Amino acid sequence: MTITSTAPSLIPTTDEDPFSEAVLADPLPFQHRLREAGEVVLLERYGVYAMGRYDTVRSALLDWQGFESSAGVGITDFRAETPWRPPSLLLEADPPHHNAPRSVLAKILGPRELRSMAPRWQADAEALVDEVVARGTEFDAVESFAEAFPLRVFPDAVGIPDEGREHLLPYGDHLFNAFGPENFLVEHGAPHIGEHSAWVNEQCARDHISSGGFGDAIWAAADRGDLTTEQAPLVVRSLLSAGVDTTVHAIGAVLHAFATHPDQWARLREDPSLARVAFDEAIRLEAPVQTFFRTTTREIELGGVRIPERRKILMFLGSANSDPRHWHDPERFDLARDPSGHVGFGMGIHQCVGQHVARLEAVSLVTALARRVETIELTAAPVRHLNNTLRAWKTMPMRGTLA
Amino acid sequence: MTVRKEAMDARVDAVDAVIVERMRRITDRVMHLTLRRADGERLPDWTPGSHIDLVLGDGTTRQYSLLGDTRDPFRYEIAVVREHDGRGGSRHVHDVLQAGDVVGIGGPRNNFRLVPSPRYRFIAGGIGITPMLPMIRAAAEMGAEWELLYLGRSLTSMPFADQLLEAHGERVRLRASDRGRVDVASWIGAFDADTKVYTCGPVSLIEAVVDATAAWRPGWSRVERFEASDAGEPARTTAFEVEVEGSGRVITVEPGVAVASALREAGFDLLTSCSRGVCGTCETDVVGGDPDHRDAILDDVERAAGNCFFPCVSRSKSDRLVIAL
Repeated sequence: MTITSTAPSLIPTTDEDPFSEAVLADPLPFQHRLREAGEVVLLERYGVYAMGRYDTVRSALLDWQGFESSAGVGITDFRAETPWRPPSLLLEADPPHHNAPRSVLAKILGPRELRSMAPRWQADAEALVDEVVARGTEFDAVESFAEAFPLRVFPDAVGIPDEGREHLLPYGDHLFNAFGPENFLVEHGAPHIGEHSAWVNEQCARDHISSGGFGDAIWAAADRGDLTTEQAPLVVRSLLSAGVDTTVHAIGAVLHAFATHPDQWARLREDPSLARVAFDEAIRLEAPVQTFFRTTTREIELGGVRIPERRKILMFLGSANSDPRHWHDPERFDLARDPSGHVGFGMGIHQCVGQHVARLEAVSLVTALARRVETIELTAAPVRHLNNTLRAWKTMPMRGTLA
Repeated sequence: MTVRKEAMDARVDAVDAVIVERMRRITDRVMHLTLRRADGERLPDWTPGSHIDLVLGDGTTRQYSLLGDTRDPFRYEIAVVREHDGRGGSRHVHDVLQAGDVVGIGGPRNNFRLVPSPRYRFIAGGIGITPMLPMIRAAAEMGAEWELLYLGRSLTSMPFADQLLEAHGERVRLRASDRGRVDVASWIGAFDADTKVYTCGPVSLIEAVVDATAAWRPGWSRVERFEASDAGEPARTTAFEVEVEGSGRVITVEPGVAVASALREAGFDLLTSCSRGVCGTCETDVVGGDPDHRDAILDDVERAAGNCFFPCVSRSKSDRLVIAL
């Protein structure tokens, strides 16, 4: 790759494609070049301004006034092109429209509300671990745990029926691909997205939602007037869109980190209270959500570069989380590290509203696993699952020894 | 321990101190204050209807609605009415506080959220106009219809009356009590699913609105009383102790140092994320003592319970706080 500074703009530019198969499969070398090239780098191929350094990304995430979301958080400019589905009321909205849906969900998914779920999810996690190890101590950690656990507990927590849950992962997978350019991944998912979308949208209706869960609480908010009845199904859709694949890949990340760092697994087994830190350290390291776009609302100067108004910027969350300007020895998975302040969940008004749910899911599973399993190791090279936005595993063959 | 410690802690510790950038008397009893952070960084984001806790030099804490522009990340604006009944906070602001002084803040918190609606009717009594100003901006931005009924003692005593009239003309109805009473109930009219009513003002006005809308669907008429609830004990201006239950250890937290920083400094693991009291990641159980809540998360009931706090911003009112990590 060549990164050149071209007068008169003096913007470092690159012709590399962050959405190419090679970069998606191993984004770290590209991210390193991106950070070294400057605070802001022009991706020539797309006419998009990229940022990969921690301070720059964090500042951009916080600055919703300068970098808007309602023009889409993918490469598509909603002001000029039609989005593939009605925009999200959370992810693809700005204040003031964003305020009500956000406050409703933040309350429903808040740490205090989730406390009541913890014992049940802990029991669910223990049951799943028992089932898996009863079948044998060699398993695919993606299928057996990373996918199985969220699919077992999260749709129940939302309150959607069992029937049809197989639509959730491919729906989310395409959604996260669609934030990127129309490449091979989008083409691969496009033929089937209609049926997945139809099913997901159908589950958001009031008459499909069972009582007592997150979905029911969203509809109750509509009854109180906190949302309109038109908004409620779209807020439920946000849960189903953003709450499954992300958590699956986050759990995949933490399991991979432990399988490749047996000393850290031993530390966790000694001190199970490290599970929370372990999860966030894995999110920092892997950043299951790698990138999001924003659109400039005015001309913005950054690092000596002028970004014109109405231009897409691309924030590399994973790169920010491994920026050595901010993190000591960033590529190490280290439970002694304090990962506070990582941007794997974003930051600011759009910070992952479901992060407490994801954390509780992951902590429940990891805790249950640590209780039953003394060591975990990979038995073959794990295989990446490629996605334009997500960093994920397709398979992760593992062996455990029972405690 | 990580290399980012110092940088992050400096940010955390600066979060609850702001500088009075400007003070402007806008009526004979109302002072308009503009606040900003000393380091020029962003203030926490807020939504229309939010208020902040203002912590004066002696620890006196009062709550004021934010009235400025949510799009300005660097400034908070509040309006402080001089109270006659001798509660110290407002007198201190009017007579002692000066531009350039440092005050503490908590929040912002929102117990008076603007919820979506095709149409709004805003009713303000006196200084109750303050939360309505950002609400009106948001309603207009969302393309909603709105009208404002603004009641006060006399036109000259009603802050922002002229600007409202000038900017919005016939959407705004001003009525001073020296010119006769207004029948609030008839101005509100009958329940309409497409209209939400927001009222902020003195108890008499709130009661009139509550009566007029008693039979309505809950949530379609929302009220906020503007007289500051007494925030109880004043905030501490001195150091306090934090005991970590089961560890046998007590750490001292000096003024200007966040509890989260002090805990980390002492070697305890504590996961934080936003460092602003917004995200909830660092929620910690409180098993003894009286927390001084500065977060944007807990509602009044949860605050009063005193059984948890957010150490990235919140502090202690008691000499010692006992927490469970």
